Amino acid sequence: MKERKIPTEIWFIVGGLLLFLALFGATRFLNRYILHIVILIGIYSIATVSLNLTNGYTGLFSLGHAAFMAVGAYTSTLLAFPLTLRKAYELPLLPSLLGGPEAAWPFLPALIAGGLMASFCAILIGAPVLRLRGHYLSVASLGFMVIVVTLAKTLRDITRGSMGINAIPSYTNIYWTYFWLLVTIYVVWRIVNSRFGRAMIAIREDEVAAQVLGIYPMKYKLLSFVIGAFFAGVAGGLYAHFTKAIRPFEFSFFLTFQIVVMLIIGGMGTMSGPLVGAASLIALRYALKPVEEHFKLYGFIELVYAILLIVIMLWKPEGIMGKRLKR
Amino acid sequence: MFSISYLAQQSMNGVILGCIYALLALGMTVVYGILRLINFAHGALITLGAFFFYFIFFKAGLPFIATIFLLLGFGGVMGIVLDTVAYRKLRGGPEVALLITSLGFYTFIENFMKMLVSPQPYAFKVPQYLVTLHRTSYLTFRTIDIFIIIASILIMLLFHLFVKYSKMGIAMRATSENLEVAEIMGIEINKVISIAFLIGSAIAAFTGFMWGAKYGQISYDMGFLTGVKAFVAVVVGGVGSIPGAMLGGFILGLAEILSIAFLPTTFAEYRDAIVFAILIMVLLVRPSGIMGVKEEVRA
Repeated sequence: MKERKIPTEIWFIVGGLLLFLALFGATRFLNRYILHIVILIGIYSIATVSLNLTNGYTGLFSLGHAAFMAVGAYTSTLLAFPLTLRKAYELPLLPSLLGGPEAAWPFLPALIAGGLMASFCAILIGAPVLRLRGHYLSVASLGFMVIVVTLAKTLRDITRGSMGINAIPSYTNIYWTYFWLLVTIYVVWRIVNSRFGRAMIAIREDEVAAQVLGIYPMKYKLLSFVIGAFFAGVAGGLYAHFTKAIRPFEFSFFLTFQIVVMLIIGGMGTMSGPLVGAASLIALRYALKPVEEHFKLYGFIELVYAILLIVIMLWKPEGIMGKRLKR
Repeated sequence: MFSISYLAQQSMNGVILGCIYALLALGMTVVYGILRLINFAHGALITLGAFFFYFIFFKAGLPFIATIFLLLGFGGVMGIVLDTVAYRKLRGGPEVALLITSLGFYTFIENFMKMLVSPQPYAFKVPQYLVTLHRTSYLTFRTIDIFIIIASILIMLLFHLFVKYSKMGIAMRATSENLEVAEIMGIEINKVISIAFLIGSAIAAFTGFMWGAKYGQISYDMGFLTGVKAFVAVVVGGVGSIPGAMLGGFILGLAEILSIAFLPTTFAEYRDAIVFAILIMVLLVRPSGIMGVKEEVRA
């Protein structure tokens, strides 16, 4: 088996290089509007791929992914916010532990810190919530999302409340986004094709049987939750530094819903599903946007998402890329 | 600082909110008991009900009592439509599929309403004879408040009697105990589920009217958090237990209002967070809820 492992790694590197070559070409020849959409596809892909780890592979149907994105977005924004604007925005100066009042973090460490912060929250919330089964887990994680949004609204000294933070430095570009997407895919792929991943899938298929085989479910559930949260946090950070403005309500139910729809339409528990789902739904959103704005049909895009979701659930519940399991 | 009359006043508000949660929880717990479905779309029925009342009563000008009955009928029909369009086809599939579909339906209805009625909230006025103020030494209330409380208690009582003594009610309890065995025993499962959706949704549409009458304002997105909180009430009270759902509703309503009334004003904004903190605590201490029995794992 050893000789098969190395080529796949090389394949990743070659694929990555080709991707970056393509991205370089894209920045040369495509207009800014299209590039904007391409970056957004990348960010949503990171979020969807990471959600796939918990929802798709481990079978924990979490609805709290937007909360981790919010944590990542706020953390990396606050760390990387430029010193000159801090006073004007009444944002707190960093304590000496984080570099002191004279510091604003560079992009990469701030992003990673955002991801780690999201992971930390995932440990805190995961310890109680992951003991729950099925539906209870979904509702409790939804509750976690409501709590995070409420905190973002009310902790005015840190987050500026519902006003939100704007003038965030726009560090995110197409290379950063797709670099992180590659990292996410690589990590998820490595996990899924290892003992850990097999254990996660075993838990999804039959938790009791997995326990009988000596798998301790809590460990794997928490692990998938925490890793998923890390990349959700990174996606949130990228999003914040891409749109240059964040407000608490952006991270509420509709964001989670969008990512869940992308995952389900693409196909849960597949490697390519989240990518297909994210790309096609973002493309669809920008195709429908002129319709929505021209006819002033606000809510039209969400409506189409909902219809797609229902149609997929009724006729092809395994998603576009999924294979139908024989029962 | 806090007088008895303040406490009484706030408790009354809490009871009214509790009624709303309890009535929603009723419909949800029956459906959950039978299908293992958290019906997120149940929350959307509040929105539909409130706007139905708004248009029939204020725009079309039908008499109040007739509107109420039409509202109940409308809610019931919507429930059956939801069941037949989607949930029936998914029955027997994975639990998550039902949950996802109901999320889809919730989003569909919410955004359909958003397109239909505009994103702005609507002012919801109640007929003049229902807003007459009554003053006693401890309480100041409107006729509508009493109407809401009495109507809710009446509905709960009728529902309880229905489930306990009617043939259909007994079939419903049998089905939620064990769907397959109930079917073998000759119970028409589809009929039972349709009736559960009919009753639950009719009640949910009525709570839409209650919400509008109490808060004087309705909007396209009023159903989401209310619906989710109603499910929290179901879990807190004990899944599958009808008295538990009512108890959970009242606990949640009172906790929400009293925490706003007695905590410092800065905490008032945490009302939604408080509800979910209660949920997580209850799940940790007593996962089956206050009046629930331990749920068996369904294969």
